[in-house]
Amino acid sequence: MEYIIIVISAVLVNNIVLAQFLGVCPFMGVSNKVSTAVGMSGAVTFVMVLAAIVTYLIYTLILEKLGIVFMQTITYILIIASLVQMVEIVLKKISQPLYQALGIFLPLITTNCAVLGVAILVIKKEFNLIEGVVYSAATALGFGLALIILAGIREQLELADIPKGVKGAPVALIVAGILALAFMGFTGIV
Amino acid sequence: MNQLQNFTKGFFRENPLFVLVLGLCPALATTTSAINGLGMGIATTFVLLGSNTVVSLISKLIPDKVRIPSFIVIIASFVTIVDLLMNAYVPELYEKLGIFIPLIVVNCIVLGRAEAFASKNDLPTAFLDGLGMGLGFTMALGILGAFREIAGSGAIFNYKFINGDGILVFVLAPGAFIALGYLIAFINRIRKT
Repeated sequence: MEYIIIVISAVLVNNIVLAQFLGVCPFMGVSNKVSTAVGMSGAVTFVMVLAAIVTYLIYTLILEKLGIVFMQTITYILIIASLVQMVEIVLKKISQPLYQALGIFLPLITTNCAVLGVAILVIKKEFNLIEGVVYSAATALGFGLALIILAGIREQLELADIPKGVKGAPVALIVAGILALAFMGFTGIV
Repeated sequence: MNQLQNFTKGFFRENPLFVLVLGLCPALATTTSAINGLGMGIATTFVLLGSNTVVSLISKLIPDKVRIPSFIVIIASFVTIVDLLMNAYVPELYEKLGIFIPLIVVNCIVLGRAEAFASKNDLPTAFLDGLGMGLGFTMALGILGAFREIAGSGAIFNYKFINGDGILVFVLAPGAFIALGYLIAFINRIRKT
């Protein structure tokens, strides 16, 4: 039951992009087309869950034991950066089609603050390992949902007649704002 | 480009938030009031100054292949310093900015300046660039924060000048996107004419 609450809360109520403002850069950057949005969501899900597991283990087994939790930021960003590199190399070796689909998005993920943010939040919310995995997978799902919806809307917007100054980033932000307004409707269901 | 232009480009011509549209996450999340926005801006400026200075000093010693990881470690060290300092001296603000202080590490502005500017320029130029970009970002966050505070609660710097409620949505998440969208549109309009 508590896992269901974690999932609903992370996907709909506290959506990572629309309510917590993590990962807004890729949210704006790769939401021009639905196909790229799907690829990016896949890559983010993969890395986010993996990063949450590895950082959790390192935090509890090494940083806490040695009493150097202030090294959290440096350790985490290094773990994520090397993890992304490793995933890229492994994918290239074992699955060419998957690599072609996700490959170009992987380097971008290092600077996706949602990945680092989730790793920090798992510790902050005092989840155990299983809750952490469920939470990070659900968060990635929420990220993908928001990204794909926005991409769908922006594809349609290409055909619309928009004033010159509002074109590009401003209109994407305003649409994202309206989307966030819609997601606020989920407040209070858990 | 002379040093004065180098310093001032961050404020208007190449403003990181309004023109380059970088650093969106902290810009949207921490600007619920003008004070919070300015606090976040100053923390980012400190990291930017530190990383630009160090990167410009040692960029010739770093082999090209491990350039980006080294920059990230330098930036993360400064972020940790800011994190500990703010926790010690301004706990109230630290509490409000929360997770976005450690997340300065992945702020595209900081890594972007280190990679694109500081590693190719000498110390004074890189220092001024960091200061200008940081203050430009702080100014942008201050403007966005002030706009949201005025519209959302009829107050500025916690001083209430309108009786009654504001438009609540501007303090909440959706208002952040909408306010920034219209601000950028407004600035695009000025720049074009």
